[in-house]
Amino acid sequence: MTTTMTRPGAGTTARHEPPRTGKGPRRQTGRHVMLAGIALLWLVPLLWAVYTSLRPYSDTAKHGYLSWPRSLSLGNFTDAWQQSGMPHFFWNSVLITVPAVLGTLLFSAAVAFFVSRFDFRWNIVLLMLFTAGNLLPAQVLITPLYRLYLLVPLPQWMSDSLLLYNSVWGIIAIHIAYQSGFCTFVLSNYMKTIPKEISEAALVDGAPVWRQFFQIVLPLCRPAFAALATLESIWIYNDFFWPLALIETGDKRPVTSALANLQGQYFTNPNLIAAGALMTAIPTLLVYFALQRQFISGLTIGSGKG
Amino acid sequence: MSSTPVTPAAPVTPDVPHRPRTRPPTRPRRLGPGDRIFLTVAIGIPLAALLFFVWLPALASLGLSFTTWDGIDLADIHWIGLDNYQQIFTNYPPFWPAVRHNVIWLLFTALLPTPFGIFLAYQLDRKIRFTRIYQTAIFLPMVLSLAVVGFIWEIIYNPDTGLLNGLLSAAGSSHHIDWLGNADLNLWAVLVASGWRHTGYIMILYLAGLKGFDPALKEAAALDGANGRQTFLRVVFPAMKPVNIIILVVTVMESLRAFDIVYVLGGGVGSKPGMELLSLLITDNIIGESSHIGYGSALAVVLLLVSLAAIGTFLVQTFRKEDQ
Repeated sequence: MTTTMTRPGAGTTARHEPPRTGKGPRRQTGRHVMLAGIALLWLVPLLWAVYTSLRPYSDTAKHGYLSWPRSLSLGNFTDAWQQSGMPHFFWNSVLITVPAVLGTLLFSAAVAFFVSRFDFRWNIVLLMLFTAGNLLPAQVLITPLYRLYLLVPLPQWMSDSLLLYNSVWGIIAIHIAYQSGFCTFVLSNYMKTIPKEISEAALVDGAPVWRQFFQIVLPLCRPAFAALATLESIWIYNDFFWPLALIETGDKRPVTSALANLQGQYFTNPNLIAAGALMTAIPTLLVYFALQRQFISGLTIGSGKG
Repeated sequence: MSSTPVTPAAPVTPDVPHRPRTRPPTRPRRLGPGDRIFLTVAIGIPLAALLFFVWLPALASLGLSFTTWDGIDLADIHWIGLDNYQQIFTNYPPFWPAVRHNVIWLLFTALLPTPFGIFLAYQLDRKIRFTRIYQTAIFLPMVLSLAVVGFIWEIIYNPDTGLLNGLLSAAGSSHHIDWLGNADLNLWAVLVASGWRHTGYIMILYLAGLKGFDPALKEAAALDGANGRQTFLRVVFPAMKPVNIIILVVTVMESLRAFDIVYVLGGGVGSKPGMELLSLLITDNIIGESSHIGYGSALAVVLLLVSLAAIGTFLVQTFRKEDQ
């Protein structure tokens, strides 16, 4: 795997027009009709959720969900926001996501630096250990992890449960440990593309390794960091399973897991649940639309030509 | 990743004595004590975290699978050898349905959303207008969490208020179908929702691969008189082997790991008839009032072994070239 990086833009400049097969414009129209149809079909569930969330419960209860709206409003959003304590859960998500993403990037950068810039014997084993760790199903880890979390004490200022269990630190820790595998894999491939001459020059210059790491290699990896940070933010924010199993009380859970509470509480009000679910998705949608390029290049790193 | 050509950040200053370069300077022997401490810390902490939070629990699951334990007092762990496995295979009613459903999940995902995603990628990898809009629409579900996807499909499948039954009754059907409650239907309903998300993922992965594809190969195929389908099947697809492997691994892993969406669509109470999956059975056994940790762990090990086959394939494919 010399260059597994997908370079956005690399294909667009060098790409040729596909050869015409003689069926030109008609074929293009057909393709557009098909693709537009599929795209629209793909949006239906989302649009339906938006439509449902905008309609007052009383309206849908009276006329059914498949009916023309008498009125549309953001009432369900404000209700879900206020009644279910959404701001609090959003804040929990921020408290988990930000440190987890930063920690994951720092840890995996250190490991990637190690395995890609130095010729130690155990490099491949190390890299495999990290990569494979990320591929283990979460359910395989959960029982021992749960017990482990009950055994690890934390000081009062970190966790009012005095344990790793039921604290945001525990969730941050498992995210960092688990996600480091993927990021290490990506970053080590990226660092391999940085010419070794740069390190050599620095070494001849008498620069210690830590300076090479912080002042030369890390700044050069900025594009990879941008891609991974975008991707990992969405993944970690979206995670559902770890807090469900490792946080006992609902009020410490991040917003995705807290949605389950909402479902239990307002089981009979789909409008409100739709609003809550969509509201949960807003941060990821914003991040995605703002950083689409980074997100996709992060996701597709490693799937380019090997 | 745009790869900008890099210039050394620190130019060689004349007052630093040049050492003769007999070997590449990045060899460990050149490292001073400070460097060694830095590297040990830099690798030590992440490695310790990985071993403690990921590999230790994975091995502990393996150990617990040979025991019986209610999950409360550590002193109550009793070694029972292979009993859990024997029980699971012979005397645990939901096990084989779960295995069957996992296999169905895998086959469905591998045979419908995956090829469809590849097909869409191939269609979109041309200079046509609106391609970004199409891509975004189809990829959008992938940005949502599986839990949110579950809630969105809940308001489609709901027997009383859902879109699907609404459409059916508007079309004059008097059938009242409980999409998620009917044990013969619910797995397929969940698979549609999961496929909705999976298609975009595969599409994006394949599109990225196609960008690195040499267009000259396609042109040559066209000159030789190959039509679109022949070009894809005989030229493009075989040449995309690295991407195909990634897609295969993603498909297998996602099928084995499937949890969140089933959990949400099942009402958040563990496995439901018709929707049993290994991941849910594990959760059933380890969380709850009367937990059977040994049992759940044995199930987890079964899932682990199947996963390791996929992980192993991936690692061998990925690292074989480097190992030389």
